[in-house]
Amino acid sequence: MPFLIRGAHVVDPQLGLDDVRDVLIEGSTIARVAPAIDGADGVEVIDGTGKYLVPGLVDMHVHFRDPGFEYKETIETGARAATHGGFTDVATMPNTDPVTDSGAEIRYQLDHARQAGLCHVRPIGALTRGEKGEALAEIGDMVMEGASAFSDDGHGVQSAGMMRTCMDYVSQFDRVAIAHCEVEALTANGVINEGRSSTRLGMFGWPALGEELEIYRDIELCRLTGCALHIAHISTAKGLELVRQAKEEGLPVTCEVTPHHLFLNEDDITDAYDTNLKMNPPLRSAHDMERLVEGLIDGSIDCLVTDHAPHAQHEKDCEWEIAFFGTIGLETALPLMLTKLVRTGRLSWARLVEVMAVNPRRVLRLAPVRVEAGSVADLTLIDPEQEVDVTVDYFESKSKNSAFLGQSLVGAATDVFVGGRRTLTGGVVTQA
Amino acid sequence: MLSVKHLIDTYSLTADDITQILDTAASFEEVNSRAIKKVPALRGRTIVNLFLEPSTRTKSSFELAEKRLSADSLSMGGSTSSVVKGESLADTIQTIDAMNVDMFICRARLAGTPQKITENTDAIVINAGDGKHQHPTQAMLDLYTIRKNFGHLDGLKVAIVGDLAHSRVCGSLAPALKTMGAHVTLVGPPTFQVDDPDWFGCPQTASLDDVVEDMDVVYMLRVQLERMEGAAIPSRREYNRLYGLDMRRVGRMKDDAIICHPGPMNRGMEINADVADCARSRILDQVNAGVLTRMAEMYLLLGGENNAVSD
Repeated sequence: MPFLIRGAHVVDPQLGLDDVRDVLIEGSTIARVAPAIDGADGVEVIDGTGKYLVPGLVDMHVHFRDPGFEYKETIETGARAATHGGFTDVATMPNTDPVTDSGAEIRYQLDHARQAGLCHVRPIGALTRGEKGEALAEIGDMVMEGASAFSDDGHGVQSAGMMRTCMDYVSQFDRVAIAHCEVEALTANGVINEGRSSTRLGMFGWPALGEELEIYRDIELCRLTGCALHIAHISTAKGLELVRQAKEEGLPVTCEVTPHHLFLNEDDITDAYDTNLKMNPPLRSAHDMERLVEGLIDGSIDCLVTDHAPHAQHEKDCEWEIAFFGTIGLETALPLMLTKLVRTGRLSWARLVEVMAVNPRRVLRLAPVRVEAGSVADLTLIDPEQEVDVTVDYFESKSKNSAFLGQSLVGAATDVFVGGRRTLTGGVVTQA
Repeated sequence: MLSVKHLIDTYSLTADDITQILDTAASFEEVNSRAIKKVPALRGRTIVNLFLEPSTRTKSSFELAEKRLSADSLSMGGSTSSVVKGESLADTIQTIDAMNVDMFICRARLAGTPQKITENTDAIVINAGDGKHQHPTQAMLDLYTIRKNFGHLDGLKVAIVGDLAHSRVCGSLAPALKTMGAHVTLVGPPTFQVDDPDWFGCPQTASLDDVVEDMDVVYMLRVQLERMEGAAIPSRREYNRLYGLDMRRVGRMKDDAIICHPGPMNRGMEINADVADCARSRILDQVNAGVLTRMAEMYLLLGGENNAVSD
């Protein structure tokens, strides 16, 4: 059925568009964008007054745990969470079981995503076989089956020689290598930021240098190999500075940040040892946090990602040192960005759309989505006044391990369109 | 009454809390010197000693303290408990809690375990050492020993020497000493120093020789041997040479300065045998103070004000 979204404020920095428009969706594409479009029989009219319509949001860093850890999340439940959070696209990390390191595994994910019938899933393949850092994965095979990028996320590739080989090899395809930067010799046993919090809570620290050193190494490998490099979940001021310098030198380097590194820091970890705040990389200092916010605003950071990391209750309801790393994020990312940065006037809507829709598509080498006639109708409609109470009942995700439980946020997606199909209707996931 | 419900760490304790614990412990001195070392203060109270990691002295100290207060106690060890069968901490605590107990004494390998216990029971929890985090009852017995020796704590200069970063003893002793007005200096090789000394608000140095003659108390930490050779320090021998307390260093200490060690000692490593046994050593006084202060902590936290202790 055609949809006519009336009176929404359309923001698309690719077109310099930041104004109220009517948008007509016919079939899988946008048919017309104009100041006023008349309704017609058989067209469902959606009142967009007071809302914002933007190119569909993309989260280029999620863990859907499927195959292998379906008790935490499946492609279907993950897709429901993504849709509920306002996303039209997600890129899934390959640390599944078996690891997504061959074309068959890419196909498995795409098939299951199609069955779920919600968002686009853009699988990321492993750089090395089994993410073991020892031998090249079948990268070309995965490209041909539809892999969007390559990463050993969850680990850094420890050997500089192996990482060089990976980047050399990837450079023949139009794909980025995504680096989880962690020198394990420096971060061994670390479960919390090295510094105030490791001292206060009596646990092994995960030093900032463990991340920064590998960012430096991979930037130099980018220079050597010419392979496009994307730094995953950047968490320190110094690491961001290295990326800034690389960009100034014209190297093909991009990076991403998570909401938890933007809005939480090590001081939020209290004597309660709330394991939902245990992350990899860990929550850093308040200083790092503020520098990351600045980097997102000034354009040094390209993408906002969630690193959505579902874990079962028993994997989090335990002592900190043995709890699993990570927080879910798909359903809180947009409300957090709207509440903490857009509402406060620190981040413009145009910049929000860049970091949550435009830039991730570019990094993943996906076709751009623009709010103009002829573009595929992957769109997100956002109510900036929608109140969100983050409770366990709020989540569509199979796991509830959110670092933001208990927060009251303002602003959320109400409707999502994927290829012209309405996957979120008034805040409710509508599966085909 | 103490300002805290549980005894989890020392930085939550006020100076008044610590003074109450030490004064109450002093009042138990007389009980412990009797032929019949028992008072009815905690009669009918049930205390579970949950020792999830091996312990000899802390566990026996608590068990004796419980017996002397007439509490009913049950000791569970890591190797006999369901924890080794893969049961979660929450399940273990809820199971014991369902049997209606009044207090948990917990020793654990993982930081934050006592706090997690408080989330799964209404019983009172005493931390008997959690990972590298805190060991508040050790700090109280140390303070008791030092105060008994000098008659006060404020203004004393205390060096804590050794494996600072991995030490729950240091983690709880340094804040408690500071709360009581003592001046703490942390001494250890850079590979054993704490990540953020500012958290303790103490100076940190790698040279024992620079500070030893200025100290009222030299507190030697145990070096855990599994953290030793080939990793953070090159050898037992070199550690002894740089950081061990030997008679040469003892000879430079102030006349009335004392030596403490939480035990068990590695004689010949962090402390030489003749030093451990010399007149300055208060190591056995610390053990004795352990029973007294643990009696005081259990008594105060279980609301024992209904039972007269002394007089």
